[in-house]
Amino acid sequence: MTGIVALYIFMLAAFTGYEVISRVPVILHTPLMSGSNFVHGIVLVGAMVALGHAVTPLEKTIGTIGVLLAAGNAVGGYVVTERMLEMFKSSGGRAKRGGGAHG
Amino acid sequence: MNDAASFAGGIDARSIIDASYLVTAALFILGLKRMSSPVTARSGILWAGAGMLVATLVTFAYPGLSNYELILAAILVGGVIAWWSGKRVAMTDMPQMIALYNGMGGGAAAAIAAVELYGLAGAGGHSEPLSLAASSLGVIGGIIGAVSFGGSLIAFGKLQDLIKRSFRFGGQQILNLLILVAALVVGALVATGYSATPAMVTALFAIALVLGFSMTLPIGGADMPVVISLYNALTGLAVAFEGFVLGNAAMIIAGTVVGSAGTLLTQLMAKAMNRSLGNVLFSGFGDTGGATSGAVTGSMKAIEAADVGVMMAFGQKVIIVPGYGLAVAQAQHKIWELAQLLVDRGVNVKFAIHPVAGRMPGHMNVLLAEAGVPYDIISDLDEINAEFETADVALIIGANDVVNPVARTDKSSPIYGMPILNADKAKNVIVIKRGKGAGFSGIENALFYLDNTRMLYGDAQKATAELITAVKAAG
Repeated sequence: MTGIVALYIFMLAAFTGYEVISRVPVILHTPLMSGSNFVHGIVLVGAMVALGHAVTPLEKTIGTIGVLLAAGNAVGGYVVTERMLEMFKSSGGRAKRGGGAHG
Repeated sequence: MNDAASFAGGIDARSIIDASYLVTAALFILGLKRMSSPVTARSGILWAGAGMLVATLVTFAYPGLSNYELILAAILVGGVIAWWSGKRVAMTDMPQMIALYNGMGGGAAAAIAAVELYGLAGAGGHSEPLSLAASSLGVIGGIIGAVSFGGSLIAFGKLQDLIKRSFRFGGQQILNLLILVAALVVGALVATGYSATPAMVTALFAIALVLGFSMTLPIGGADMPVVISLYNALTGLAVAFEGFVLGNAAMIIAGTVVGSAGTLLTQLMAKAMNRSLGNVLFSGFGDTGGATSGAVTGSMKAIEAADVGVMMAFGQKVIIVPGYGLAVAQAQHKIWELAQLLVDRGVNVKFAIHPVAGRMPGHMNVLLAEAGVPYDIISDLDEINAEFETADVALIIGANDVVNPVARTDKSSPIYGMPILNADKAKNVIVIKRGKGAGFSGIENALFYLDNTRMLYGDAQKATAELITAVKAAG
């Protein structure tokens, strides 16, 4: 990939990130932060490649730590985001104990 | 020609991988888009998760990869530990858990940079030389990753109460600036190859790590969410830079998207807390124990649960203002039970949430959602503030600074100018409070001393249970 192509990608991705969440309601700030935290877990593929090409014991050690941390980022980020978002329901989406029963 | 054939084969595997990364990037962006609306949010994380799975699987087919057993073992160990911890963490502890996972991502980005740089500098420089642009971005990404790693660990320690105090001294900002300059100078020497020895690479990461620690230590607990959000954006940026070094488009796109989305999110959070980002990073407020305001006069008046029960049961409209204290006492389920009882009697019940209720914007919504409160009876500040004047009761549980009218009037108060919930405008204000102490920020609350305010002393869980009994008894 040439430098100028990478710059194009940088710029377009930056605008995309801004646009995608520019109208997010406050109630979703925490899950969304957690979700974007999960998305940068993609560092896992880079860590895999770095470790896959490591030669010396030092490089292998750092590479292994890198993959371990990256896997933690990706898996942990997914689990907590999923747990939070699973709970968001509207009143229409659940059996209401209120109004319905009494009137 | 043997070489040409294997070369062609290599290109083939690479193009399949690159195509898969494209799919991953699309799934990430669509996933984040879906996560920004409560209706589609759940599917959003599933989409993004599918993208991550695709990218991870195809990467095993990366040409020239070795050390498979190490890769698999590390993924397994890291993944299982994170899965286990993520499943069992309490919803109240979510902010520090996000900080921890985010720090891990930053550490991973720094590790990638370290492997590349040691490869260039170490044992005869066996790695292919990088262009100046690639080595510079690699070094900058490494610094940012290490800062994010160190800073996130401190943020975790503070919110988990492992680090109890803020370390501040005169000239601290100048010292931090000097550390930053040192990191940049060493980084420049390494990136240009002028002095790219393994010792210099080690020094680079050590300095960056120290910078992460020293930048975060003076920042108080109340400001941590903004800081965590900032480190989240920084990790994204570090990932994007390392993606450039590795020629990995998925990392560039995902990292940059998170970098810009995270920056926006950080600004939104800082705004919701009435702070500028610079103020959060460099002023040192947001700590417990800054109590200065003594201008509050009058006395706090106590009330019994039975009286509050009658007041609410025969009222038209009750607005509940929950705060972090509610979550600490694990009273979310009880308060929803109380709300349902009142709704059954025909009382109009609403939950009013301040943007910084809980420990992070949106955190209280998560905690109420956990208890089963539907999101459409939860209103945010702009929606609910006009309604307090028509409310018979404003029930404050575990919230403090976000309902403190001092923010409107007292220019000397640290929270002056912060948008607050106008609970003081309700006909009756009931505050459930454990004791007479000040809030998270240590600021005295004028609301507690108003004529229309009554204090219901006790633990949030126990007091709410008493209110449930009282409402049932009201007949």
